[in-house]
Amino acid sequence: MSAPSTAAATSAPTGIKRWWNSWVSPWRLKSMGILGMNCRNHDFIATYNPRSLFPLVDNKLKTKLLAEEYEVATPKLFFVVHVQHEIATIENKLMELDAFAVKPAKGSGGKGILVIIGRKGDKFIKSSGAEITIEDIKRHMTNALAGLYSLGGKPDVVIVEDLIQFDDYFKDYSYEGVPDIRIIIFKGYPVMAMLRLATHKSDGKANLHQGAVGVGLDIATGRALKAVQHSKPVTHHPDTKRALNEIQIADWRNWLLLASKCYEMTGLGYIGTDLVLDKVRGAQLLELNARPGLAIQVANGRGLLPRLRHVESLKARMHRTAEQRVDYAMKTFTAEGL
Amino acid sequence: MKKPSRAPFYVVIGLLMVVGLTTAWMRHHQMEIPFTPGVQKPVWLIEARIDFDATGEPVTARLGLPDDPPGYRSFIEQAAAPGYGYSVVSENGVRRGEWSKREAVGAQTIYYKTQFIEVDSTGAAPAPFDVPKPVHVDWDGPSQETAAQQVLDTAYAKSSTPQSLARELIKLFNSETLDQNSALLLSAQTEKSILLEKLINQAGIPARPALGLYLEDARRHQSLTRLVQVFNGEQWVLFNPYTGEQGVPENLLLWHTGGESILDVAGGNRSRVSFSMIHQTVPALDLIKAQYKESVFSVLSIQHLPIEEQSMFKLLLLLPIGALVVVFMRIIIGLKTSGTFMPILIAMAFLQTSLVLGVVSFVSVVAIGLVLRTYLSRLNLLLISRIATLVVLVIFIISVLSLVGYQMGLNTGMTITFFPMIIIAWTIERMSILWEEEGPKEVMVQGGGSLLVAILAYTLMQFSLVGHLTFNFPELNLVALALIMLMGQYTGYKLSELRRFRAMVDNANVGKLNDTSKGAD
Repeated sequence: MSAPSTAAATSAPTGIKRWWNSWVSPWRLKSMGILGMNCRNHDFIATYNPRSLFPLVDNKLKTKLLAEEYEVATPKLFFVVHVQHEIATIENKLMELDAFAVKPAKGSGGKGILVIIGRKGDKFIKSSGAEITIEDIKRHMTNALAGLYSLGGKPDVVIVEDLIQFDDYFKDYSYEGVPDIRIIIFKGYPVMAMLRLATHKSDGKANLHQGAVGVGLDIATGRALKAVQHSKPVTHHPDTKRALNEIQIADWRNWLLLASKCYEMTGLGYIGTDLVLDKVRGAQLLELNARPGLAIQVANGRGLLPRLRHVESLKARMHRTAEQRVDYAMKTFTAEGL
Repeated sequence: MKKPSRAPFYVVIGLLMVVGLTTAWMRHHQMEIPFTPGVQKPVWLIEARIDFDATGEPVTARLGLPDDPPGYRSFIEQAAAPGYGYSVVSENGVRRGEWSKREAVGAQTIYYKTQFIEVDSTGAAPAPFDVPKPVHVDWDGPSQETAAQQVLDTAYAKSSTPQSLARELIKLFNSETLDQNSALLLSAQTEKSILLEKLINQAGIPARPALGLYLEDARRHQSLTRLVQVFNGEQWVLFNPYTGEQGVPENLLLWHTGGESILDVAGGNRSRVSFSMIHQTVPALDLIKAQYKESVFSVLSIQHLPIEEQSMFKLLLLLPIGALVVVFMRIIIGLKTSGTFMPILIAMAFLQTSLVLGVVSFVSVVAIGLVLRTYLSRLNLLLISRIATLVVLVIFIISVLSLVGYQMGLNTGMTITFFPMIIIAWTIERMSILWEEEGPKEVMVQGGGSLLVAILAYTLMQFSLVGHLTFNFPELNLVALALIMLMGQYTGYKLSELRRFRAMVDNANVGKLNDTSKGAD
């Protein structure tokens, strides 16, 4: 493997050679402990996430209500649109709101989320700066109700919630959007974390495959380990030019605790928690994902498997509370450790 | 949450494979269904022609028909005689075809056609139910009787069994220097087979005449050869009284056995029967259709359904192959498709059209649909009615394309109506959303992936071997099922992931933001 890469450094390989170099052997991936899609679906999602609990995370409304019940911090719910005719008079309800987020309850992968950051006369200003009318919002809600963004096109409800006032700390790290922190929680243990920074390319969305920057975070310290955009390493934010190595999440243990509590809350063994930092209210749970993606491994530059297998090997009830689990994880899953 | 043992799963997989393969093999073996399409089997087409002059009275013509002759199996028989009623009757264990007509005058011709396949005559013919008894023999005068007795004594002394007795007698009649007694007998009865039969019966051993047909390709006006069957205590043994040959020769078809006449015609005279035959090949599958209707294995044969249902099954039984391709492409290769099984339906549509025409019309229908859909999105319709609108539009697009194709002289243009319209409407809807949200690149990736999988599935399904196997051996779909289930247990990397995670190898030593070896502070 090292031979072709040195050749690549000296003379630009072309054609077949370059094509061949764009592949990696499965044994190499295995030795790096990288979790593949099939393995994730079979060994973790199918094994640890009972089907009956999926609605708790697939439906953002349920997640929100559950989070309130378990006192997990989450953005305030303004109101819910259940049926089509409520949309006709939606202006009245939106009147008093300046900034808000419209989300389909069953939307997946950030689909159908409309973020309004302010108003300008009759127009609403999207996070990208584009101006839209109330009609656009109504159409968006109509689509969402009809199930356009939900899995399998099932009818849906729309939730309108408080917009995160994002903390100044991330101001220079994110472009036109709220940065969020994805923490994978396996059996209650935080196993891997990354910070997702929106870019101009990603249209204010924090999705890695749309061009957001993913910054791997050290579970032990909350410091940045590595950053990638479109799987390529970066050292500075492409839009704000801020150096990413300075990132150190404040109050890191609290973030992990918040995420870890979601295990008790949902009963799901393998989840991705999406957290954001609010200026006033601190870390907030934005949503949960029962099928968290694999890109977090690229952002961290390491595979998930060794940590997952380690947690599997732990004795049941070895750590009873979220605090115990988080402390154990911070001790074990260090940058140079497991 | 303990992981359940995988052993029962693999047992089920193994069982499915074994059941599928053994059933297929047994059906291949028992019913001779070929494993490859287009296998031809040699058959003998034999035509018996009966001619007689009708006298104007009611006519009944009866012809002895072959009944399970050793070494051959009949699979089709038909009679052709205009104006005659026809039925097959069984009398004293002899099959006869009976033609009847109320009134007939002049020369009459009746054809009886039958086809035989050569089979391995395994073992001996089954023993008759009642042990036959020798018939009483009368000779023409005392001199004949004495001669017969003396010939019999000579042969009897040299033999030990019914077979050897028959052989000795045939030898005596066929020797170059006939002895006096044989010559006397032969002068009175020139037909050696009758003489032989009489003598053996006189010796107290049952014997009966048999009529055989020597099969030679493209022969006409052949007649039956008279032979003798001798009962050896267990079964009938055939002898050729001219050559002394024992047993049924390979090219001999035993047409008729027993004392009854082969042909009798009431209401006509100058009746005769002659045979013509031809050696031909027919598709092996046609043979299966015509036989084994009662076989246990034929329950699994779709060939016995009406043609209309058969063609439906032909398509239906290809579906598992398509599903197998989709599962393989998605789990092992990791190709993205739009809609899980949409590619199969598209592939099925390609089977009805043709590949190039199918791809061209599919792409153009979807492209036109996407253009129209961008206008629809401005109308702010509810999802359901938007999909329904798309369905109607897709039908219009397809109709217009068909008509244009037809006007241009492309008859095949009509076949694009086979496309699953609802599925296409949904595909357009999803792709349009995808376009808005993720950009045209993702549309190309997913659309191209779907098309690629559809083309692959089509390529596999249109192989005549695949169609032949799934249709004639439906049980082989159990093997496909086992493979699909097996792939459901695959937890290794997808091929696409070997590329996707290449970056991790490249990034392994670069791009570290903090030198963690110093430790956190």
